Amino acid sequence: MLGDETGTAHMVDPRILTLPLSAEDVSSLRAGDLVLLNGLLITGRDKVHKYLVERRPPKAEFPFDVSGTVLYHCGPIMRKTEDGYVVVAAGPTTSIRVEMYEADVIREYGLRGIMGKGGMGEKTLKALREAGCVYFHAIGGAAAYLADRIKKVVTAWKLEEFGSTEAMWFFEVKDFPAIVTMDSLGNSVHKNIEELSLQELKKLIGP
Amino acid sequence: MLKLRDGIVELYRKVATSLPPDIEDAVKAAHAQEADSSTAASTLAVIAENIKRARETFRPLCQDTGVPVFYVKVPVGLSHNELRSTILEATREATQKVPLRPNAVDVITEKNSGDNTGEGFPVIYFEETSGGTLTVDLMLKGAGSENAGQMYKLPLAEINAQRDLEGVRRCVLDAVQKAQGRGCPPYIIGVGIGATKDQVTRLAKEQLMRKLTDVNKAGELAELEQQLLGDINSLGIGPMGLGGKATALGVKIGVNHRHPASYFVDVSVGCWAMRRGRLIW
Repeated sequence: MLGDETGTAHMVDPRILTLPLSAEDVSSLRAGDLVLLNGLLITGRDKVHKYLVERRPPKAEFPFDVSGTVLYHCGPIMRKTEDGYVVVAAGPTTSIRVEMYEADVIREYGLRGIMGKGGMGEKTLKALREAGCVYFHAIGGAAAYLADRIKKVVTAWKLEEFGSTEAMWFFEVKDFPAIVTMDSLGNSVHKNIEELSLQELKKLIGP
Repeated sequence: MLKLRDGIVELYRKVATSLPPDIEDAVKAAHAQEADSSTAASTLAVIAENIKRARETFRPLCQDTGVPVFYVKVPVGLSHNELRSTILEATREATQKVPLRPNAVDVITEKNSGDNTGEGFPVIYFEETSGGTLTVDLMLKGAGSENAGQMYKLPLAEINAQRDLEGVRRCVLDAVQKAQGRGCPPYIIGVGIGATKDQVTRLAKEQLMRKLTDVNKAGELAELEQQLLGDINSLGIGPMGLGGKATALGVKIGVNHRHPASYFVDVSVGCWAMRRGRLIW
């Protein structure tokens, strides 16, 4: 059990990961692993994905190198202060909305991790396998808790154009908890649970 | 209505940052039932800690502060239009003060209004009441769970659902199985049954305002609510859809009379962070 600063244990035997992730990190992760992420990650939701796929901005356009990092599906609540932006709440958003874009984004920008909630579909699962990437499931609704794991707001990209909910934020995180639910071998917790729950449903209402 | 406006800003703060005690108790009870060191237990432990931190630090529980939905019971003689303006002013102020995430997007221009107001946003329902008290109920409905809702028109051959309460049971189970973890389980499920589509959708969502401890006045429905809760929790979807026992914390069913030829069932899905609260004025 790993404790946090409040002394409460929340995640059992997590793997500690440092960003950016290497190909070896990715290939050693398995669906079901609990992890704590450390380092610089980026956020992106509907508008960022649509823009990246339609416009294909070169990597050099981002303020930092995004290779090997984790793209977090999150539209945070930010507060603007004299010293810059502060994260108020930053839980995951539903990932399936960007299913049509994600495979291209992973390949084009060399991401090693996607993080969100609810899991993603076959197209993304295939891209994870081919490009060496994993899907991390963050805990939906735990926005205050997860905001506390963001130690620094480094910068933002497309803040003016997309607004603070849809911008790409660069966050420095420490011990950010997540669960690997889709790995680079093609395993998906979501697919398994969906199949199991369908079998249970059939027991309850017949075939 | 300056003071009422302040009251509604505070209502926003309370609803966005603290979960009602009945739901928090249900989350704790669900945590106790999951196997030690399971993903479900870890997930619920983080959720419980999040509830505590949000309340203590007055921060929103979830970054999606949702669509504000108001149910206002108005004494005779109070102007609905004035109340609406007061709610809109309070919404703008709360967006800054709480803060809430600006969620109102113009469908044509795709521009976010920045203050959570717009056409039909927030959603406001007025109802006249015979008493002298103004009651303002507020729900902050997250989009992840809203997107997981479904409407059914019975009969429906695919799930062998006929026009009876057993048919309703089948609809609810089908909707939850299709939702999987996308709407942030453990869920609170609201069900509305009746004659028209608009009516059952509203009725289903209204059920989410009921306390989990509330028992349905109709015995048959109370029984169905209990049965459905057990059935849903045997699906194995679990917290966040990652497997486990707690897929729902409660099921609430509301009925209207239906047309002989129509039988609509709406299933409204509420996430575990089912934020609701009341201001009595």
